[in-house]
Amino acid sequence: MKRAIPIFVVLAGLLVAIAAANPFFLEPAGFLAFLKRVAPLAILAAGQYFVIVSGEFDLSVGSLVTVEVVVAARLIDGDEAMTWPVLVLLVVIGLLVGLVNGLVTTKLRVPSFITTLGAMLILSGAVFLWTGGAPRGALSQGFRVFGREGVWAVAILAMVVVAAVLLMRADFGRTLVATGDNEKAARLSGVRVDRVRVFAFVLSGLSAAVAGILLGGFAGVSAQVGQSLEFQAITAVVLGGVVLGGGRGHVVAAIAGAFTLEALFTLLNLHGISGALEYAVQGVIIIAAVAVGGLRLPALRLTPSKV
Amino acid sequence: MTGRVVALVANPTRAVYAALLATLAIGWALVAFDGGTFTLNDLVGIQQRSAALGIVAVGQTLAILAGSLDLSVAYLISLVSLVAAETMAGQSSNILTAVVVALGVSALVGLVNGVVITKLKVHAFIATLGVALVIRGVLDHLYDGPAGRVPVDFQQLGYSRIGPVPVAAILWAAVAVGVWFLLRRTRFGNRVYAVGGDVEVARLSGVRTDRVVIAAHVLCSLCAGVAGLLLASRLGAGAPTVGTDGGYDLESIAAVVLGGTALAGGRGGVAGTVGGVLLLAVLDSVFNQLEVNSFFKDVVRGVVIVVAVAVYARRTGRRAS
Repeated sequence: MKRAIPIFVVLAGLLVAIAAANPFFLEPAGFLAFLKRVAPLAILAAGQYFVIVSGEFDLSVGSLVTVEVVVAARLIDGDEAMTWPVLVLLVVIGLLVGLVNGLVTTKLRVPSFITTLGAMLILSGAVFLWTGGAPRGALSQGFRVFGREGVWAVAILAMVVVAAVLLMRADFGRTLVATGDNEKAARLSGVRVDRVRVFAFVLSGLSAAVAGILLGGFAGVSAQVGQSLEFQAITAVVLGGVVLGGGRGHVVAAIAGAFTLEALFTLLNLHGISGALEYAVQGVIIIAAVAVGGLRLPALRLTPSKV
Repeated sequence: MTGRVVALVANPTRAVYAALLATLAIGWALVAFDGGTFTLNDLVGIQQRSAALGIVAVGQTLAILAGSLDLSVAYLISLVSLVAAETMAGQSSNILTAVVVALGVSALVGLVNGVVITKLKVHAFIATLGVALVIRGVLDHLYDGPAGRVPVDFQQLGYSRIGPVPVAAILWAAVAVGVWFLLRRTRFGNRVYAVGGDVEVARLSGVRTDRVVIAAHVLCSLCAGVAGLLLASRLGAGAPTVGTDGGYDLESIAAVVLGGTALAGGRGGVAGTVGGVLLLAVLDSVFNQLEVNSFFKDVVRGVVIVVAVAVYARRTGRRAS
C-alpha cells in the first residue's frame, strides 16, 4: 500500500484545487455529478488493474464498450420490456470476450498486447458490420437510468470497489499478484497460472460491460463512445502506481488513478485549458507521475513471456 | 511433406512470405472467380499503398527489437507532414530546408522518447503514449485543418514512377535495406538484438544499453518522419489527422509482429516486417477488388494477426520444450 500514498496526495490536492475554483463542487449535487462522471472510467480501471497486475494488457476494452452500447441500442430499440434481457446479454458478452482474450493469451500463448489488439479490430469491425456502419435504435429509459441517475452510478461504483477489494483479499488476489510478479515461482508453488490470468481477463471484460451500461446512459449512443478508453484506463492504473509488467500495486490505488485523471480533466476545463492543450498537459503529467513513482524500480519488460 | 511444411512454418520470416504467396494465389483465384482480374496495376497499387505503413513499420521493428515500442508515430507523422508543408510553402527552393527541418523534428521526438524511457525509467508504453498526447495537444492547438502547400516538384515523390515501380516503393525499399544492413552487418545491430534479448546480460557484457535504446528510438522516429514527408507529398499539404486516420501506431506494431518479430524484443528482423506489411496490403487490395465491406476487413485483419502470432508461438514453444 506504500506505493499508493502519492496518488492519494495528488488526488486530494486536485480536489482541493477544483473546490477552490468552483465552490459548487463541495455541494452534494456537484460532487455527485463528479462521481457520476468518474464511475465508468473507475470501473474500467478496476478491470484493467486485474489484467495489468497479472502481467498482461487489455487493449480491447474501448471497443468492447462501444460494442455493448451499440448492441444495447439496436436490441432494445426503445422497448422497455427488453431492458433486463439485454442487460443480461451485455454482461454475458463482456464475460465471453474476456474469456476468449484470456484463453487465446494463455493457451495459444499470443502476447496479450496482440490478442487484445486483434480483439479490438474484430469487435469494432463486427458490430458495425452488423449495424451497417452507424449505431441504430435507441436505449430505453429503464436502461439509461443507471448512467444518468447519480445515485445508481455511485451505488454501482461502490459495489465494484467493494467487490474488487474483497477479490484482492481472497486467495485469488494473492495468486494473481504472485503470477504477475514471478510466473515461474507461482507455477512451481502450485498456482494455476493460466486459470488465474483467464479469470483476470474475464473480470476486465465484465468491467467493460458495466462501464458500457453506465456510459450508454450517461453519454448516449454513438460510434465513438468507447474511443481510446483503453488507453485512459491503462493510464489511470499506471497513475495509481501499478507497475506495467505485473506483480505490484493496489486496486484501490488504480481506481484512485481514474479519479485523479478525471479530476485533472475537470480542473483543466475549469481553467479554460480545454480540448487542445489538455492532451499535452495530460501527456506531460503521465510521464512525470510514472517517472517519479518508478525511480527506484528497475525497468520492466513489455511482456512477461517471449513470443 | 509434412516435415517440409513444419520446417517452413518454423521460421516466422519464411512463414509470412509463404502466407503472402498463398494469399496472393487465393486472392487472385477469388478475384478471377468474381469476374475481375488482378493486373500489374493492382500490384503497383499495393506497393503504393503500403509504402508509408512499410516505412513506419521498418522503424517500429528497430524499437521493438530493442525491447521497446513506439506509440507516438501516428501523431508524429501528422506533425511532420504539417511542418514540412508549411516550411515548403509551395516553393521548390524550400524543399531541402523543409526536409531537414522535418527530419530534425522527428529525431528530436525520438530522442525524447528514448531519454524518457532509459533515463527516467518510464515504461515505453507510457512514455511514448505520453509523448503522443503532447504532440496531439500541440497539433490540436495550432491547426484546425490542412495547412501549408507542397510544391509540384516534391509531389513527384508520392506519385511518379520509374518504369512500373513507384518512387514511394523505391524509397520504402531503400529504408528497409538500410535498416536491414544496420541490423545484420553492423555492431549497432548486434547490440540492438543483445539489448532486446536481455538488457542485464547486454549491460554486463559491456554494451551501453541506454544509448542503444535511444538510438533505436531516434531511428524509429526518423522513419516515421520519412513516412510523414511521403504522405505530405501525396496530399499536397500537411494534415493534422493524416497519421491517426491511417492508424499507423497500432497498425505498424501489428505488421511487425505479423512479420514474426517477438514483441518482447531480441528476435526477428526487417525482412519479416516487409512481408507482414505486404500481407496486410494484399489482403486489403483483394478485399477492395471483391468490394468487401470495410468493417469485415477489420474483422479479418484482427483474426489474421492473432492467428499468425499463435502459430509462431506454437513453433517456438515446442522447440523450447
